[in-house]
Amino acid sequence: MKKAISEFFKMVLIFLVGKFKKFTLRFKKTKTMKDYMMVYYSQAKSARLTGKKVAWITSGGPVEPLIAMDVIPVYPENHGAMIGASKMGGHLCELAENMGYSADLCSYARSDISCATVNGGPIGGLPKPDMLVCCNNICGTVLKWYEVQARYFNVPLFIMDTPFCHTEYTKEMGRYVRAQFDEYFVFLEKACGRKFDFDKLKEVGHLSHQGQLLWQAVLDTATHKPSPMSAFDAFYHLALIVTLRGTKDVIDYYTWLVGYMKDRIARGIGAVPNEKYRLLWDNIPIWHRTRWLSEKFASHDACLVADTYTTAWCGALKYVDENNFIDSAAEAHARIYLNIGVDQMAKMVIEMIDKYDVDGFVLHSNRSCKPYSFGQLDIQKIVERERGIPCLMLEADMTDERSFSESQISTRIDAYMEIIKERKDKK
Amino acid sequence: YCCSYAPEEIIWAAGALPVRMFGTNENIHLADTHLQSYCCSLVRGILEEALDKSLDFVDGVILPHTCDSFQRLSDIWRLNIPEQFHLDVVLPVKIDTPSAKKYMADVLEKFRKDLGRVLGKDITQAMLARSVKTYNKIRALVSKLYEIRCANPQIISGADYHAVIKAAMIMDRDQYLKILTQIVKQLKKATPRKTRAEAKRLVLSGSVCTHPDIYGIIEKAGGVIVWDDLCTGYRYFEGQMNEKIAPLKAITARYLKRVICPAKHMELRGRGENLIRLVKQSKAQGVVFLLLKFCDPHAFDYPYLKEMLEAEKIPFMLLDMEAELPSAGQLQTRFETFIQIL
Ligand code: SF4
Ligand code: SF4
Repeated sequence: MKKAISEFFKMVLIFLVGKFKKFTLRFKKTKTMKDYMMVYYSQAKSARLTGKKVAWITSGGPVEPLIAMDVIPVYPENHGAMIGASKMGGHLCELAENMGYSADLCSYARSDISCATVNGGPIGGLPKPDMLVCCNNICGTVLKWYEVQARYFNVPLFIMDTPFCHTEYTKEMGRYVRAQFDEYFVFLEKACGRKFDFDKLKEVGHLSHQGQLLWQAVLDTATHKPSPMSAFDAFYHLALIVTLRGTKDVIDYYTWLVGYMKDRIARGIGAVPNEKYRLLWDNIPIWHRTRWLSEKFASHDACLVADTYTTAWCGALKYVDENNFIDSAAEAHARIYLNIGVDQMAKMVIEMIDKYDVDGFVLHSNRSCKPYSFGQLDIQKIVERERGIPCLMLEADMTDERSFSESQISTRIDAYMEIIKERKDKK
Repeated sequence: YCCSYAPEEIIWAAGALPVRMFGTNENIHLADTHLQSYCCSLVRGILEEALDKSLDFVDGVILPHTCDSFQRLSDIWRLNIPEQFHLDVVLPVKIDTPSAKKYMADVLEKFRKDLGRVLGKDITQAMLARSVKTYNKIRALVSKLYEIRCANPQIISGADYHAVIKAAMIMDRDQYLKILTQIVKQLKKATPRKTRAEAKRLVLSGSVCTHPDIYGIIEKAGGVIVWDDLCTGYRYFEGQMNEKIAPLKAITARYLKRVICPAKHMELRGRGENLIRLVKQSKAQGVVFLLLKFCDPHAFDYPYLKEMLEAEKIPFMLLDMEAELPSAGQLQTRFETFIQIL
């Protein structure tokens, strides 16, 4: 009982802090990422008080229908990144291992599974879900992970099954994914106890599309030399398109951000003061070492100007028809970067190499993420063959900091940068 | 082909021989230039065989969608071994909704057409019906074999038993059916040698058993495998197809009904319930989990299976398998320790 009361007060407190923050934000001209995230998480964590429902959803999942139904989406993967950035991943992963989960499983999943049982991590755990929405367009891990959570929280689970597109998106797949959107609407009607709001969905779909276009515009500013932003900035600013896709906040923030980056371009300010070498990053960031890596590359006058990871949130834009949200969303969700064949991924990498005019390609071989990492060696070979630029593969894990060897990685980066310098200076 | 979800009834119907790949554990070096160290030994072993040309005798490869590692294996295979035809069968991952059932039927029909195209023939209803009959017979006989051995574990040694089961996935199916009929007939007549009646009865659970020696080692340690929950075991054999409806429909229906592999989704606790049922039916005293290292789907299920077994007071042990097993002696000691507590 005592615990319940203190929980309640904590929630009221969080709610008030969030309200207060939101109120003061009205007077603030440029809201920072932190401001937005704080309001977002306090709203999510006090959902019980406001009578709103909370859904946990995978990062590539169709969030727009949730927003249309006024359900607060929460992203365990974003939470996983926060855990990683605050260097709490190792501890939480260890807890999961004690629960019987193998140390070879994805560290987002491991830390989330154990975090749910102890309410640990940087924000004291995520708000309990009323429903779970899992889209396997990023991996098969999320399916298993959400099954675990569905058993633990005993809440309904909706699975959006997007068949893998090795070489093609067949008409059979199209029909299947499209039909699941209808099943999804029915699921939400049941979970929320009211009719699905299709008008609102149109509006949200429109905002989501605009948000993605703006995100693309932000990333595009990095084509400029020197680049006003680095991939590390992109990792940071990404959180909004992940968590608040489909809301007006995203539009406001990224509109401001594009302006900010353009201003930097106009004034000739680069993310790396003395940008001489431009690099492309592959895979999820090493969250517990972003600052260190960023400084490490900067010390060699190298800027990681772009990456395949943050691009994923606008990579399927070509399939989106904003006037026909539902039908095109089916295809866009099935054809994202991680749900296509290795050769198509390599093609997109090469397009990025040309677009951002980079001198090298750095691949993070991420123990956690098998669908992202297997095939990298082939992508590397294709890139070397087609574009002849040096590639570097770093072995690490995105959130579990326990196996990271700083000195070894440091030496490898130094050696790699020597090659890059030599090649570039010869030209 | 790989995986117990490969629609081999259709392959056999087409007049082609479905040969299941088990991969190698020896002398892996080619696959290492395509796969990082954290990939399961099955995928690595299969890729190695593909790259070192030991699979040159096949005309094509059929890869159903399973897990994340497997899906990338397909890509890597396609990009590096262009000589053979390559068919992906992208099955649904969840199989308990109306749209998924429809999609399953669609995919199998598409596969029938695709396979017909690469083989240059039309795979007709009659061909499918004949294949369905053959598979039904084989599966019924193997089930019979499981029952005989479950009742009388000493009647055939674990190693021989494993060889008979494995042959079902490799041999000419008509020939296999003939031999299998003989074997089952003989075993029915044979009186069991009651050598070690006190052997503890165990169920083996996991994905693929690539180490047949395990059967023998367990027997030496005083146990005996009376049933299994493996994708190269009973999960592959269970379930009959309805011969009275259109064959493709019957094939589809079986894939929708069979006990799932952990890379698929059906009920939240379906695999656990099934495992407990198997233990009870086979009157087993314990469960041995045989998990391949780096195998995500199985590793995610293990904690909840473990919990369900604990609730039922069924003892179990976990054997994490790397490509290389610990020495036979070490293994035997581990099994003995477990078996002693039963
Ligand atoms: S396996 Fe990869 S894509 Fe899947 S949840 Fe983990 S990090 Fe994300
Ligand atoms: S299901 Fe497990 S054993 Fe099978 S290929 Fe995938 S990771 Fe390997």
